[in-house]
Amino acid sequence: MNPVNEGKAAYLDTLAAFARQTETREVLWLRALRREAAARFDQLGFPTTRNEEWKYTDVAPIVRAGFTSAARDPAGADGAQLSRYWFENLPGHKLVFVNGCFSAERSRLGALPKGATVASLAEALIRQPQALEIYFGRIAGESAHAFTALNTALAADGVYIHLAPGVQVEQPIHLLYVVTPAAGSKMLTPRNLIVAEEGSRAAVIEHYVTLGAAAYFTNALTEVAVGPNAAVEHYRLQEEAGDAYHVGGLHARLGRDSRLTAHAVDLGGRLVRNDVRAALEAEGAECTLNGLYVVGGRGHVDNHTHIDHVKPRGTSREFYKGVLDGRARAVFRGRIVVHPDAQHTDARQVNNNLLLSRDAEADSQPQLEIYADDVKCAHGATVGNLDEDALFYLRSRAIEASQARDLLTYAFARDVLARIALAPVRERLERRLIESLMHRAPVEELL
Amino acid sequence: MLSIKNLHASVDGKPILKGLSLEVKAGEVHAIMGPNGSGKSTLANVLAGRENYVVTQGEVIYRGKNLLASAPEERAREGVFLAFQYPVEIPGVSNIYMLKAALNAVRKARGESELDALDFIALVKERMKLAEIPEEFLYRSVNEGFSGGEKKRNEILQMALLEPRLAILDETDSGLDIDALQVVARGVNALRSPERAIVLVTHYQRLLNYIVPDYVHVLASGRIVKSGDRTLAQELDRQGYGWVAQEGAAASA
Amino acid sequence: MSVATESLDSLLKREYQAGFVTDIEADTLPPGLNEDVIRLISAKKGEPEFMLEWRLKAFRHWLTMNPPSWAHVKHPPIDYQDIVYYSAPKTKKDGPKSLAEVDPKLLETYEKLGIPLHEREALAGVAVDAVFDSVSVATTFKDKLARIGIIFCAFSEAVREHPDLVQKYLGSVVPHTDNFYAALNSAVFSDGSFVYVPKGVRCPMELSTYFRMNASKSGQFERTLVIADEGAYVSYLEGCTAPMRDENQLHAAVVELVALKDAQIKYSTVQNWYPGDEAGRGGIYNFVTKRGICRGPRARISWTQVETGSAITWKYPSVVLEGEESVGEFYSVAVTNNLQQADTGTKMIHIGRNTRSTIVSKGISAARGQNTYRGLVKILKGAEGARNHTQCDSLLMGDKCGAHTFPYIEVRNPTAQVEHEATTSKISEDQLFYLQSRGLSSEDAVNMVVNGFCKRVFKELPMEFAVEAQKLLSVSLEGAVG
Repeated sequence: MNPVNEGKAAYLDTLAAFARQTETREVLWLRALRREAAARFDQLGFPTTRNEEWKYTDVAPIVRAGFTSAARDPAGADGAQLSRYWFENLPGHKLVFVNGCFSAERSRLGALPKGATVASLAEALIRQPQALEIYFGRIAGESAHAFTALNTALAADGVYIHLAPGVQVEQPIHLLYVVTPAAGSKMLTPRNLIVAEEGSRAAVIEHYVTLGAAAYFTNALTEVAVGPNAAVEHYRLQEEAGDAYHVGGLHARLGRDSRLTAHAVDLGGRLVRNDVRAALEAEGAECTLNGLYVVGGRGHVDNHTHIDHVKPRGTSREFYKGVLDGRARAVFRGRIVVHPDAQHTDARQVNNNLLLSRDAEADSQPQLEIYADDVKCAHGATVGNLDEDALFYLRSRAIEASQARDLLTYAFARDVLARIALAPVRERLERRLIESLMHRAPVEELL
Repeated sequence: MLSIKNLHASVDGKPILKGLSLEVKAGEVHAIMGPNGSGKSTLANVLAGRENYVVTQGEVIYRGKNLLASAPEERAREGVFLAFQYPVEIPGVSNIYMLKAALNAVRKARGESELDALDFIALVKERMKLAEIPEEFLYRSVNEGFSGGEKKRNEILQMALLEPRLAILDETDSGLDIDALQVVARGVNALRSPERAIVLVTHYQRLLNYIVPDYVHVLASGRIVKSGDRTLAQELDRQGYGWVAQEGAAASA
Repeated sequence: MSVATESLDSLLKREYQAGFVTDIEADTLPPGLNEDVIRLISAKKGEPEFMLEWRLKAFRHWLTMNPPSWAHVKHPPIDYQDIVYYSAPKTKKDGPKSLAEVDPKLLETYEKLGIPLHEREALAGVAVDAVFDSVSVATTFKDKLARIGIIFCAFSEAVREHPDLVQKYLGSVVPHTDNFYAALNSAVFSDGSFVYVPKGVRCPMELSTYFRMNASKSGQFERTLVIADEGAYVSYLEGCTAPMRDENQLHAAVVELVALKDAQIKYSTVQNWYPGDEAGRGGIYNFVTKRGICRGPRARISWTQVETGSAITWKYPSVVLEGEESVGEFYSVAVTNNLQQADTGTKMIHIGRNTRSTIVSKGISAARGQNTYRGLVKILKGAEGARNHTQCDSLLMGDKCGAHTFPYIEVRNPTAQVEHEATTSKISEDQLFYLQSRGLSSEDAVNMVVNGFCKRVFKELPMEFAVEAQKLLSVSLEGAVG
């Protein structure tokens, strides 16, 4: 037996226990879906590094740790502790999930326009399961890996957002996933479903944080259906503790002339793997994926993106950057597939990595797979150090070498944040970036 | 102020400067002229402390100390300023931030207090008039998207702000139209003072119509082959570099 | 308009011209592979014991391996028991001692392919080793080269005449365990070329091997070993053709290059194996392992390939950059037309300080061709100051073809700079229209644009080959745009 899969047993036990608990409560299609997912997990097993998709990321520590499902214990996260995670000057809807469980008393839901639903997923699955049926588990469906299957089989809570045709939610929806020490050595399986019908619009921020240090495993999954001419702006901000494990997925389907902008920012975590999959399933869809990973210590961050251009005239823009220090390792694999029908596709992808330490490593795999001829596709990837000319220029202006380095590193990374439309989110991240990169006192003029 | 003796320097193992000597006193303006490849820019870069310019022989004494021993930022703090021939673009770092960081570092080295934001802005705005730079340039990334002339004026702004003791202008005039050239010249002339020395590295005599040098030196094959006053520059303009180079070769033979 | 373009025009309507069969009596083993077959091959070549042992070791290892499945190519499974592993034209004695003893039919074959083997008629400045199925039939200029210490001969001759060199270097770059096809080759390889350029010698002429597959059902498993000793220089070329047959034939070669301190090896390939017909019937499976090692400081290895033939191409000419400041280069043009598939690229392994590599890959896909660039740039921890620049461009002609780019970049040293760029686009209608409006035919216009697209690679080829490559390209793309 594969050593990685010896640890699978504990997870199978968790699955069985969960199935017993929910058997009588859930609707038929959901039970069937979970059964299928559990079977799929069992069949796939945890990926090993022999699997091309996991070549550089060894999940053995997650498997060995045997993280079992979290006790649904929302205790121990008071308002004061949470306040530092709210964005300054960002009005809007705030939903708090503590240890994977929606906490109504900590959340502030503002007035929503008619036709907009923002609710706990657990609640939605009980109250209006029929509305979710055609989306839930179907968007991520076929491309699922073992962690996706695990999430589908176990997902209990998260957010359900539904926007009826033409509904514009002006204020961003901020989802804060808080983990307290009570969830130590547990697995959390947040699950979100965002359905934006024709011509609707919203911005959703998924924000993962840790209160107090504890090793745990977040296995999150979000499905997004962007209807014709709809626009969804999605943020995934991961600021978890240095010993947290995180596997995240964002799976999106884009309709005709729709737009998805997804930002992924990783500033924490011990072992992080993100999969973003976007299928441009109708003509004229537009997809922008931006990513920033700042990794130090023994951190490992792996970003996989996969964009399917299925129909003509789709546009995709991808821009991922990483700053690696200490013994950090970062992996980027971005695949763009242009299917035979997708003429006039315009796809561009960039991945730049900055290595700041002798023990850091960057692995980059930009990939183009093209089956249509009238297309414009390009990718670029770089790995390197700071620009020597810029460094010398700053030093010749009396700026100390270490400060010049900080400054250039910050400028390198901020390039990604500059693309964030929501100013309060951008500013908070810029400050976090300064804190994590600048060896000297943070300098406000940079902002 | 600056004393260069028998300086030899190479780039990528290739010798460029081959025994250059030069004395510059406070209050003087020196023009160093020469054909392409004579080593003009190498001299400027060696003085500023660029790493891949390796000094193999000779010495450079600046205000009584060995200049070659200090890091680029130490030289800048001691009052050495290089206006770059090709100012580098630094995306993401705002001009104003760099100016403030630079000015405060220099002031600290001079034993002056750091300027607060208000005083700093007031000072920058005053100096910007000299360099004729619109205010919006302050908030853009360093040199990013600047035209050639804008980059050079930005160099002059930095010089005006940092008030160096020794300013070296590396072909600051090349590629400039007449208006931009006059701006650069006005900026430099405004900085002329008895405490300050200026070294103009240039290919063309044109700049010297606006900034009148006290001395003109001709650099050829890594050495100064002829020195004189401003009339030397005019002669070069008429006759080209050929005759000095020949004269130099004859002298060294 | 250039001379090259004029010649393109005349060649445009040409089909695969190397597709004839030479009717010659051959000494051919029945299909099938086992240890006895290997012993027989070794015995036929009169090999020393160490060679047989090496082959058997490789064979036993091969039995434990599976064919690679990761390449972006599709083909039915290969029946390795249905391949002929040895086929050689019959000779009266042990082997021809001079050209005069070579069967005139063979000489005629090479003549027809444009490779005259008589030295007086041969291309000036090119020495040729002609390999026909499993054996080398002639090597030109051998004696002249020997006078300055250069060994250029058939591999089987080298095994007999220079066993020390062979034993020292064989498998030192591509071990018999390297991959499925390399292991198979190590077990059954028949012939190929051997080159040794001694210390400080600059080889005065281009060395080349011309590979010809003739026998039906036969596989060709040649082995090439080029060693450039300290400060030596050699430029080596290989060309390949095969008859048109409806069945697929396997070509699994191994090429090893060793460049010692300050040595330089330039290795150029124009690969024109039979690609199969428009319906995808027949054609060569070209599964090749090519690798060079820069063993000393400032060594330099440069691969240039023009891949127009074969039904399937699977090859990654690579460079291991061990010596400080050593340089690796890979220039490639790969064309896939009709149902051809190519999965090709390179690996640059940076081990030494200040090592540099350059990759330029131009893929052209037409009709239903599938063209994949797959490359690895790996910077190890000790490779201080290493540099790589990669440029991969794909040109698409027709809406049924595919172009794919799969680079792998692995960097473990912060002072390294690695840059990869890739683009994919359709052949420009604007450019074609412009040329046509100046009076060029559509075929000429396509050829001109394609040649322009490939220019950076062609200019790396020796003169004679560059012209040949351009011709091949136009023939390969015939009917691609209409």
